This record gives sequence, C-alpha cells and structure tokens, in this order.
Amino acid sequence: MSQDLKIDLEHITRIEGHGSIVLDAKNGKVVSAQWRVPEAPRFFEAMVVGRSYNELPHITSRICGICSISHTLTSLKAVENAMGVDISDQTLLLRKLAHHAETIQSHILHVGYLIAPDLFGVGSVFPLVNTHKDAVVKIVKLHRLGNEMSDLLCGRTTHPVSMAVGGFTKIPTEKELTEVKARLQGAVKPANEVIGIVLANAGKLPGFTRETEYIGLTSDEEYALYDGVIGSTDTGRHKLEDYLSITNEFVVPHSTAKWTKHNRDSYMVGALARYNLNSRKLTPLAKEVAGKFGLKAPCFNPFMNNVAQLVEFAYVLEDSIQIIDELLDDGLKEEKVEVKVKAGRGIGAIEAPRGVLFHDYTIDERGKCVKANCIIPTNQNHGNIQKDIEALAPTLLDKSKSEIELNLEMLVRAYDPCVSCSTHYLKVKFV
Amino acid sequence: MKPKVAFFDFASCEGCQLQVVNLEESVIDLIGIVDVVSFREAMKEHSDDYDIAIIEGSIARPMDEERLKAIRSRAKILIAFGACACIGGVNALRNQFPIDEVKKRVYGDADIKNNPYFDVFPIKSVDEVVKVDYYIRGCPIDRGEFAKVVTSLALGKKPEIPNYPICVECKKKENICVFEEGKFCLGPVARAGCGAVCPTSRCGCEGCRGLLDDPNTDSELEVLQKHGLTLEDALSRFNMFWYKAGVRK
Repeated sequence: MSQDLKIDLEHITRIEGHGSIVLDAKNGKVVSAQWRVPEAPRFFEAMVVGRSYNELPHITSRICGICSISHTLTSLKAVENAMGVDISDQTLLLRKLAHHAETIQSHILHVGYLIAPDLFGVGSVFPLVNTHKDAVVKIVKLHRLGNEMSDLLCGRTTHPVSMAVGGFTKIPTEKELTEVKARLQGAVKPANEVIGIVLANAGKLPGFTRETEYIGLTSDEEYALYDGVIGSTDTGRHKLEDYLSITNEFVVPHSTAKWTKHNRDSYMVGALARYNLNSRKLTPLAKEVAGKFGLKAPCFNPFMNNVAQLVEFAYVLEDSIQIIDELLDDGLKEEKVEVKVKAGRGIGAIEAPRGVLFHDYTIDERGKCVKANCIIPTNQNHGNIQKDIEALAPTLLDKSKSEIELNLEMLVRAYDPCVSCSTHYLKVKFV
Repeated sequence: MKPKVAFFDFASCEGCQLQVVNLEESVIDLIGIVDVVSFREAMKEHSDDYDIAIIEGSIARPMDEERLKAIRSRAKILIAFGACACIGGVNALRNQFPIDEVKKRVYGDADIKNNPYFDVFPIKSVDEVVKVDYYIRGCPIDRGEFAKVVTSLALGKKPEIPNYPICVECKKKENICVFEEGKFCLGPVARAGCGAVCPTSRCGCEGCRGLLDDPNTDSELEVLQKHGLTLEDALSRFNMFWYKAGVRK
C-alpha cells in the first residue's frame, strides 16, 4: 500500500440508513478518519407535539422499521408512566414475548443477512442462496419465525397495531401460543447449526480491541431486556430518571444524528454492552453459545457484538418458551382496558436489539403531548464508532485499499447501526 | 431479458424495504424474474443501469431532490414505495410547524446554519418532485402487494392498485365494525389493499394508504363527530400520514 491514501466510502452498504467513512492518510500516517451521517433528519420530537397520548406509540414506531416493536413498547411505557396507568401481568408477559419476537427477527437479520456475506467473502446474501443453500434456508426459517411471532402478538410484522396504552386490543389464542411454543422448540436445533456455521468462520472477525465504557439496562431479576435500571461498566447503577446525565447528547457538523458521551469520550450500547453488564443472568443454552466462541465479560472487541447477538438469540428462544408456559399455565383472558387521562411526565426505557432506548414525554390534561425526547441506541454508538475507526485505521495501513475498506465497513456493520433511527433520523468515504 | 430493479431510500424508517426481506423464501422466486442491481440495505453491489427505480421515503432537502431527479432520469419506470414516498407519511406531520421552530426543538442552539445536511424544507412526497408511474402504498407496504406489482411489471402488464375503501376488505373478513366498540376508524374513506389489518386487530384504520380518489370526507367527519370526536380531533385523525393534503375545515 502506498504511503498516501484517500478513502471515501460513501453510503456503506448492508446497514440500515446512510453513513460514510472518510479516511485521509499521508506518509503512512492517518491524518483524519471520520464517521459521517448524512441521513435526512426527520424531527420526530417535533412531529408528536399536539398528538393524543394513544397516537404516540403509533407515530414513534415509525422511527424504525427494524425495531418498531421496541419503539412502541418504550412509547407505551413512557405514556403509562406519565399518566399513572398500570398494566396486568398478562399484558407484561405478552409484551415481553413481542419484544423477544423482535430480537429474534432483528438479530438473525443482522448476523444472517448482513454479516454472513463478509464471512463468506461475497457482497450480499443472494449468491449464498446457490453456494450455501442449506444454511440460507435455515436463516430464512428463523427470521420467518420471529416475524410470524410479531404478526401474532402485534397484529402486523412491522409497526405494531394491537399493543395499546394499558393493554392489548387483541390477544392471541392459547392454541396459537401452543403452536408458537412448538416452533420455538423446533428452532433450537437449526439455530445451533447456524451458530456452528458462524463459529467455523469466526476467524474472519478481526481481533481488534479498544477498552471503552458499556451502558445498558441491568436488573437483579433477569437478563435485562424489557426492564431495568441504567448500568455502566465504569460507574455502576443509575436511576432511569437520570438518563439525560448519562447520555449527554451533542451535535457535530458532519452528522444529522446526535452523538452522546458519559464517563469517557464515547460509550457503546447493544448486545456486547448487555453481555458485558449482565452475562451472569443468561440461560444455560446462551452461556453454552458464549463458551463456544470464547466470549467472556468484559470483552473489548466491537466485532464480537455479532457473537453477543447470537448468544442473545439463544437466550430469547429459551426465555420465550418459558414466557409461553407461564401464559398457558395462568390461562389467557380478554381484559378490558380503561385508561384515565392525566397530565404528567413519563420516561420509558427498553433494550432495543441495538441497545438502550429512551422515550420521555410530557402530557397535558387533555392527553396531548407537549414535549418529547427520544434517545436512540445508534446515537449512543456514533461516538464509539468514531473512536474505534481512529484506533483501527492506523493498524490497517499496510493492507490493500480494498482490505482497508472491508475492515472499516465490517467495523461499522458490527455495531448493527440503525441510522434512520438515529437521525430519527451507512457508506465509507476515503477522500 | 429480466428487468433491472434498484431500490433507493430517502427520509424513512426503511421498514418498507424490510418488507421485501420479509417475503422470506419468496424473495428467492422474485430474484428469478428480476435482476436486483441496487439494494443498499442488503447488498454491497450497486449499478446505475436500471429499468425500475423503487423509491422509499419522503423528500426533505435540496440535496435529496437532486438525487431523486438523477434517479428519475435513469429509470424507465419509477415506483413510489410506502406512505412516506406516496403521501409524505408521518414525516409530513412536521409541516404544520415553521421549519425554524422544528429545528430548534430537536437541535436546540447547535450551529447548523449553512450546513447542507440540515437544510430542510417542508416534507414532500415523491410526486411533488418527479413523475411517479406507480404507487405501492401503506405504512408499511403490504409485501404480497409488492410481489404482485413487481410480477406484473416483469410480465409487461399494468398492475392493479385498489381504489375502494378499507370497509370492503373489513366486511369480507367478517370483523365487527370498530365503531360498534366506540373506536374511531377511517375505513369508509381510506384506500384498501392491506386486508384491513388494523380493524382486524380491533384498532381503527389510520389511513396510511391515503384517501380514495373520490372520498366522501364530509360524511366521514360527520360520523367521527357523531362518535364523540371534536372537529379538531376528527381532523387530526385525517392527517397522521398525509399532512400536506389536510382536510378542509
């Protein structure tokens, strides 16, 4: 590789949304390396002003097509906290199951469709249909399972319909849940086979490490996905109400998405952050998957986020079966939902597939939203992606241009960024 | 010769492109009849040589307008894909406020003046910028309908897009009318094609596919008011997905 290099990876592929990497090296040294987010901003916090409390989950769901269930659930939690609405145990279990359905769909989409092509050295999943048909069919079946669970619980695969403030407008039947349970049990074997294929190719994941802060929800009760308080690997536990002093959003000129920082220049959220905070709470199958890959907390290799997603995939399969057993033991009942409008402010938080998500609404006495704030997982990762690029790029300069590009793209993809979300609002640029 | 298809996304959640992935095994059949030459969300390869351009998202900035015009100039057929592209979608909700107020609410006092990334105008649907040949509607789109439209175009046929109300599909499903449960629904004036997915889950239709070509909005407003909505609330029901059109007060 020559001593001078300009790379402009515009609109990185196989990620959600538009992001670019611009790298400039002179005399064998990196002069600048920048992560840019040119996605058109969408201004959700302004869009919801004046809208009724029961429309907020339906509007903010549209922040993201991949994690619309997480946005809906976080929005419901924020509204319910603001107005003092309680939910039943049945609603809680059905919501957790819907949330798991999304994690299944999102994690297998990422590892199976977006990451696997890098492990096999191809540009997309399409050529793998011919060369690795058996593996692709298994991945498609697991993806379908997540989507069909979402359909059943939410009334639609993307942008939930039936989850409402206080409860559900329609619930599945016991027969439908029993069928899903059987399919989840049947999914354990193909999931292990897909995990085995990734394991056989895991050597392609770079061995890069950089110590950073990891933030996510944490709980004494369980591996925190639906509920918890804020946890940091640097500073311990914090109350949800303090989320603004954890996230500290700021604007940079080369990104329509806001960035965040807490105890250091940047922090990471998502599957690896959750694993680093909460791995002790995982189920046996999930721990076994982590063991196969040698994943141990704390792990400072961002590329291992892909592996942490597989560990969580195994966890949500097991936990979904347990939730369905609980629901069936108690027996499903139609519950009447009555909601009383009350003015107030409420914060909701959840672990979306890509990391911790916050919605914060102020609602007036007519039930209308007067103020909203949404802090998205990918926003919280932008600063860490930048710092990783700065650390990784100098180690790559002896490689060919295409190898440098591939490594930088793989780094960004490992974060599973959701740029539409973060600009509620990808591409590498070598200039 | 298989037609070459390219996907492009503007301001959106990319949930409509995800519905293409959500076709699961059927995607494999679809790529048997068309060549996907650009699909950034799922593939690394890209080509500017395409017959059919599928546009997701609404148009927010001069830089996006230029990009869209360039795509139009290369495509034989251009499809507006999903509510954001067809009618503005939820993005257009911000059109009710002055731009400066919207920017301040989200970015506060940050210095974003003269920065093209932040140079937004009121949200436009795709047909406010370029000619649109076909519309695949909904938030998100219906993946079955998408497969049908693409198949028709690959066979050189004109795809059929419904112009009858949601109520027709809802009645076929033998749903109890959600008005009977004291809920509110745009079914009588909203365009069908989704299979009445929201009323089937006991929620009123929110009109994500837009209005019929000739909707009786006055009578719908009357119905909504009869069921206890104020005129203001009834009007706001109409604008969740297509604020720019609004409804006459």
